[in-house]
Amino acid sequence: MPDSVAGPRTPEAETRSVGATIELEGLTKRYPGSALPAVDDVSMDFREGETVILVGPSGCGKSTLLKMINRLIEPTSGRIRIGGEDVTDMDPVRLRRKIGYAIQASGLFPHMTVAQNIALVPRMLRWPAARVRERVEEMLDLVGLDPGEFHGRYPRQLSGGQQQRVGVARALAADPPVLLMDEPFGAVDPITRDHLQDELIRLQRELHKTIVFVTHDFDEAIKLGDRIAVLRERSHIAQFDTPEAILTNPADDFVSGFVGAGAALKRLNLTRVRDVGITDYPTVSVDDPLEEIFSRLRSGGTNEVLVLDKRGRPYKWLRRGDMMRAKGSLARAGALVGDTVTQDATLRDALEAVLTDNTGRVPVTGRRGAYEGVVDVETLMNSVHELLEADRLEAREAQADLQDQRASQTHAEQEGPGGEAKA
Amino acid sequence: MNFWEYLGSRHQQILVDAYQHASVVFQCMVVATLLGVVIGVVTYRSEWAGNLATVTTATLLTIPALAMIGLLIPVVGLGVPPTVIALTLYGLLPIVRNAIVGLRGVDPSLVDAAKGIGMSRVARLARVELPLAWPPILTGIRVSTQMLMGIAAIAAYASGPGLGNLIFRGIASLGSSNALNQVLAGTLGIIVLALLFDAAYVLLGRLTIPRGIRA
Repeated sequence: MPDSVAGPRTPEAETRSVGATIELEGLTKRYPGSALPAVDDVSMDFREGETVILVGPSGCGKSTLLKMINRLIEPTSGRIRIGGEDVTDMDPVRLRRKIGYAIQASGLFPHMTVAQNIALVPRMLRWPAARVRERVEEMLDLVGLDPGEFHGRYPRQLSGGQQQRVGVARALAADPPVLLMDEPFGAVDPITRDHLQDELIRLQRELHKTIVFVTHDFDEAIKLGDRIAVLRERSHIAQFDTPEAILTNPADDFVSGFVGAGAALKRLNLTRVRDVGITDYPTVSVDDPLEEIFSRLRSGGTNEVLVLDKRGRPYKWLRRGDMMRAKGSLARAGALVGDTVTQDATLRDALEAVLTDNTGRVPVTGRRGAYEGVVDVETLMNSVHELLEADRLEAREAQADLQDQRASQTHAEQEGPGGEAKA
Repeated sequence: MNFWEYLGSRHQQILVDAYQHASVVFQCMVVATLLGVVIGVVTYRSEWAGNLATVTTATLLTIPALAMIGLLIPVVGLGVPPTVIALTLYGLLPIVRNAIVGLRGVDPSLVDAAKGIGMSRVARLARVELPLAWPPILTGIRVSTQMLMGIAAIAAYASGPGLGNLIFRGIASLGSSNALNQVLAGTLGIIVLALLFDAAYVLLGRLTIPRGIRA
């Protein structure tokens, strides 16, 4: 256990930290010489352990907003609280050591080895050398790089994707509760980016950090975010909600323009087969005697049965008509099962499989490919409709709440100065 | 007496001069490097301060070496002091300029990353910026050294140390049997020293520039 070697001098390293809340209150950044502020009076709350994506067109101030959280850019006004503690006036160097920071193109120092890069923050925090060494190996392992192989390499000897992994490892090395990521996957090719996103999802499931992630790619936002903040110019929040809500009920034209075409299709990416439920289907085993298969086909309400192989894996679709040609053997009868999906597949994948299969349904498999049920077009369509309907309802309620809130806020604001004037 | 016989009979004197030449150049280079890097570090972040430092050191370099030493003699006297001061001043320009260029050339996103992970100003400079700017600074040091090798010869004019003494003596006694040999010995000695120093710098580069940024 790496944690057990921590000396008494590093009590904060003893326990693995999970996320912390972040509260931004009226954050504003005004650059001298420009009339309008770059970030204008932004207030946001990030919950413990959630991944929030800041997304918006370039120049909307999303990076500026992010960099104000670790005070790489000092806010002109407003407060920042992390884990309830006001850090607006804290020593920025100490603050940043508690906040992981990963940037585009990794930001690795080219003159240091992978291990030296990862060890930087733990060393600055004066962890004992042995613990730093172990931590480096642990982090490399965590981001899926073989410690023995990559330990002594220099950044330029790594591919873009590997560099990015090391960048994330460095950001997480001192186990900070908060991780800020500034378009970290912006400079890698689409396939690598996809892998890195999957890795980040996996990491986050293990670590439960509070992640604030900046991107201009809305699809990336949907994939990674627990909640998404769509920002317009000067970091005004156009909508701050779950991906589902934004997809099904964009707050205004700006957001729907940003969501882009095919919102309903993108929605399918957010739901898994597990969530819509699978249906049972008549099955037989290849080992069953032919007469029994016959009787199952005749007695069953369907035109087809699914034949499973000896290990219970979907093997063939068998129709009534096929039995005529079977002539005592199953070998030549029926159509082989094409695609299968798992419970974890997204509805989009399932739909894809259903559409390409001519039976209009696709078997769902579990461990070692064993049959668990099927999904068909109807189930999919129904559940998609239900989902969209539920999303819409939820969004409408949320919007009503928001309007109430705004109304009472404007009310209060109008009352406020009036009251002072009278006093 | 041909050149080889001259070398044979005077090698003691020549070696002492060569040693003193190398020594004065080396010591002045150490001072110039420290001073030059400090000036670079102090000025590189500001546009005008950096330019001021570069222009000032460039202007110093345009003063003829003979004039510079001549001007220093009434102030600091003869011998070692004017030599050291002049050499150090001349050595500054390439180092200051390369230090500024090198430090300014560090990828801003790396400085941002260094800041972002919580490095203090001093740590950033010592661990990130200076190591990354080191190759150009080392180039500046090499150029400076080559230059000082030649300029140091002028120091003999102010009764300074070094191989310049041979050259000046030779020029003063032109026509005598050993005049040419003396000039030749001084000049060749400087060239050999310059080559030796350069080789040392190549070795220094190998030892001090991390593998990750070696060209």
